[in-house]
Amino acid sequence: MNIVVCVKQVPDTEAPIRIRPDGSGIDESGLNLVMNYYDEHATEAGLRLKEQFGGSVTLIGVGPERTKEALRTGLAMGADEAILVSDVALLGSDHLGTARVLAAAIKTLPHDLIICGKLSTDDNAAIVGPALAELLGLPQATAIAQLEVDTSGGTVVVHREVEGGVEVLEVPLPALLTVERSLNEPRYPSLPGIMKAKRKEIKTMSLADLGVEVPSVGATAAKSALTRLVPPPKRQAGRMIEEDAEKAVAEIVAFLKNEAKVL
Amino acid sequence: MDAKEVSAPVAGGSFLISETAPGEVFTPEDLNEEQRLVGQTVRDFVEREIVPNLDRLEEKDWTLTRDLLRKLGELGFLGINVPAAYGGAELDQVTSLVVAEELSLGGFSVSYGTHIGIGIGPIAYFGTEAQKRKYLPKMVKGELIGAYALTEPTAGSDAMGIRTRAVLSPDRTHYLLSGTKQFISNAAFADVFNVFAKVDGDKHTCFIVERATAGFTVGDEEHKMGIRSSSTASLFLENAKVPVENVLGEIGQGHKVAFNILNVGRFKLAAGCVGAATHVIREAIGYAKERQQFGKPLAEFGLIKHKLAEMAIRTYVAESMVFRTGGLVEGTLQGLHGDPAESMRALEEYAVECAINKVYGSEVLGFAVDENVQIYGGYGFMEEYPAARAYRDARINRLFEGTNEINRLLTTGMLLRRAQRGRLDLIPAAMAVAREITEPSLSEPVDGPLAEERRLVNMVKKAALFTAGVAVQKYLDQIEHEQEVLAGIADLVIEAFAMESGLLRALRALQRDGAERAAIKIAMIRTYINDAIPRIDATARTVLAAVEEGDTLRTELAGLRRFLRYTPINTVAIRRKIADQLIAHGRYAN
Ligand SMILES: Cc1cc2nc3c(=O)[nH]c(=O)nc-3n(C[C@H](O)[C@H](O)[C@H](O)COP(=O)(O)OP(=O)(O)OC[C@H]3O[C@@H](n4cnc5c(N)ncnc54)[C@H](O)[C@@H]3O)c2cc1C
Repeated sequence: MNIVVCVKQVPDTEAPIRIRPDGSGIDESGLNLVMNYYDEHATEAGLRLKEQFGGSVTLIGVGPERTKEALRTGLAMGADEAILVSDVALLGSDHLGTARVLAAAIKTLPHDLIICGKLSTDDNAAIVGPALAELLGLPQATAIAQLEVDTSGGTVVVHREVEGGVEVLEVPLPALLTVERSLNEPRYPSLPGIMKAKRKEIKTMSLADLGVEVPSVGATAAKSALTRLVPPPKRQAGRMIEEDAEKAVAEIVAFLKNEAKVL
Repeated sequence: MDAKEVSAPVAGGSFLISETAPGEVFTPEDLNEEQRLVGQTVRDFVEREIVPNLDRLEEKDWTLTRDLLRKLGELGFLGINVPAAYGGAELDQVTSLVVAEELSLGGFSVSYGTHIGIGIGPIAYFGTEAQKRKYLPKMVKGELIGAYALTEPTAGSDAMGIRTRAVLSPDRTHYLLSGTKQFISNAAFADVFNVFAKVDGDKHTCFIVERATAGFTVGDEEHKMGIRSSSTASLFLENAKVPVENVLGEIGQGHKVAFNILNVGRFKLAAGCVGAATHVIREAIGYAKERQQFGKPLAEFGLIKHKLAEMAIRTYVAESMVFRTGGLVEGTLQGLHGDPAESMRALEEYAVECAINKVYGSEVLGFAVDENVQIYGGYGFMEEYPAARAYRDARINRLFEGTNEINRLLTTGMLLRRAQRGRLDLIPAAMAVAREITEPSLSEPVDGPLAEERRLVNMVKKAALFTAGVAVQKYLDQIEHEQEVLAGIADLVIEAFAMESGLLRALRALQRDGAERAAIKIAMIRTYINDAIPRIDATARTVLAAVEEGDTLRTELAGLRRFLRYTPINTVAIRRKIADQLIAHGRYAN
């Protein structure tokens, strides 16, 4: 089974995010950048399928040169190959632009299954996976929490957690899946894996290599633009009401009515 | 690490007598992509596998300890420095520092460190081919766990004074070991023990003793102040029958095994202390931001900022020393990691630096855990909060791998021995300083970035050399009886290495990343150096006053004053800036 996993590099969710003073983005200096957690689960899903059915896992990322570090993490987990599409013309791309580039790259690869994270923890958009499926004309299932392959029928059976129950879908291959974090527990890269990954070459491609027209991606093609990034409002200090129960209830009700105005 | 990533080899201890360029030192910022990924992986492992299990580990669930060790084995982390032929990863010493730094959470890190350091280490470094084949592959997988038994009830620091004896059996196939070992880490669950005993009454020798050996029993678990999730117990040997092929190294050469393994242990212990200090700083910052008094978070009070900044400054300095030493070792190895004997020789060259790091790292951690309790206030005294455990767990680091007293004595002792053997030109350097003190002006760097700090580091080295020179001249070979003087000199040497390592790291960052990105490192080292000078001055005066008196003393003190003259900077303002940055990041960062 030829599996392609899409990988994005994002700021470590542990690290506090500092927004640039002009609101144009986040201040990346000194920021620890890691593989998007959801993509770790996507990689794990790919590796398990490969272990079960043979084939290969190819990682693909779009972003600046440093994205290679996230790809390297996936190689250290056990992926066979990695490709980075990097081009200055990609600056300012929206999610659709990224999906177009991924689609162009994936078209050059044999693929039975494409696996993406449900979302990336930096901008929480959850757009790239579904857009990519559209662009490739593939069936898709999003936010899957369980995955089985029916080799005889050439389909995958997936579970999606929906309000009040589980939705079970059967999707014919080739297909695109986006994964939930509950799908699996990603393995740690092993020490030998890390050393093996070090020796693997990460192929870098430009838009020209892929035959992608510059105007179809990048800032010019973006259908949405970031106006400004603002930090969440500072939390107000809480107020303690230290009275006996009756008085306290009365005071809280008064607060909800008069100050919070929710009653 | 590849040969191209390392600097040229330099002699151990030479930092004291020569100038080092920022480009020549290894700093944490120089970690390559794989080393960073190794660090990230271990960090994730700790976060996911160890942190959620801390309470179970604290209750001495040895099955869990062994499971975790086996998992680390599956991932290759038990064989970092073991040759590939025995299932290891054959990696560089800087990578092992990274792992030691990340895997530094209380007792489990002692179980881990004992297994890979003093369990696997002696066999990997000194084992015969047959011994390595028999034990290493299983130890690297975590199927067999190792321990190390040197200490006895009557022989602790005096490790050569052990009483356990080994007698060859009449048929010459076995040694019969009798004696008691005490305070042995991993004792409760280890399978393989490196046990030291004396053959024929005086030949200090190491033996590999398997748990199932007849006549070998493990005593009850000790009730400890800290690292309670590690096992510590006595071993009883009553004519324990150990096959002759289990002699590790040569008969009569056990001290070599013991001392060389201690070097490695000190090297890594310091990294572990740095890691533990960064954990503590993170907890302290978190708590200081949460806890409100007088209507605002503790983190807004100047005195709390001072504590946070100082914890980070000292951790920064310790971390700079540890990785600088890693770089020195790698500079000697030049990319070769397949032969453990080579790594051991490289570490031996930097035995002084390893002892310095051990003392400094453990004391930085001691300071950090103490201030952490203080920041937690009364809650810091309560066992439900993490500060108390961190405080208890840290204390062991000043005791094992040679107490800090022993390591201070060793620092000066080894430097003097290197000088005697012509491996370090300490004597000419000390004489040059003694001459310089009478000259009208002192040679010192005056321009370039951090010129004043560079000048001060030079002067501190001179003060250390001068003081050591005066003491050696007075006591000659009787100096070993002057422990207070030796330890005082050690403190001067330690401070010199500390200041310089932090300074070179800041200068390197400045060159590479520019003033803005290097700002916190610069602020930290400026504060550190400013505060270190009076400490150094006081120590040097104590030593000089113990050695000389009258006019000679007065002349020497005047000379010292010339070396250590400085104008204080506004460290209050700088510390606030450092603390604000820490609070914004929510963790140790620089
Ligand atoms: C939790 C724990 C785990 C341990 N694990 C192991 C292990 O796995 N294997 C093992 O072999 N050992 C182990 N040890 C033993 C440890 O290495 C010794 O405790 C240590 O070397 C100190 O020896 P001691 O306790 O006998 O103290 P002592 O040697 O009695 O020292 C007491 C005090 O006197 C000082 N002192 C001693 N000699 C001198 C001197 N010449 N000059 C000046 N001051 C001196 C010391 O610095 C110390 O302050 C462990 C100890 C502990 C507590």
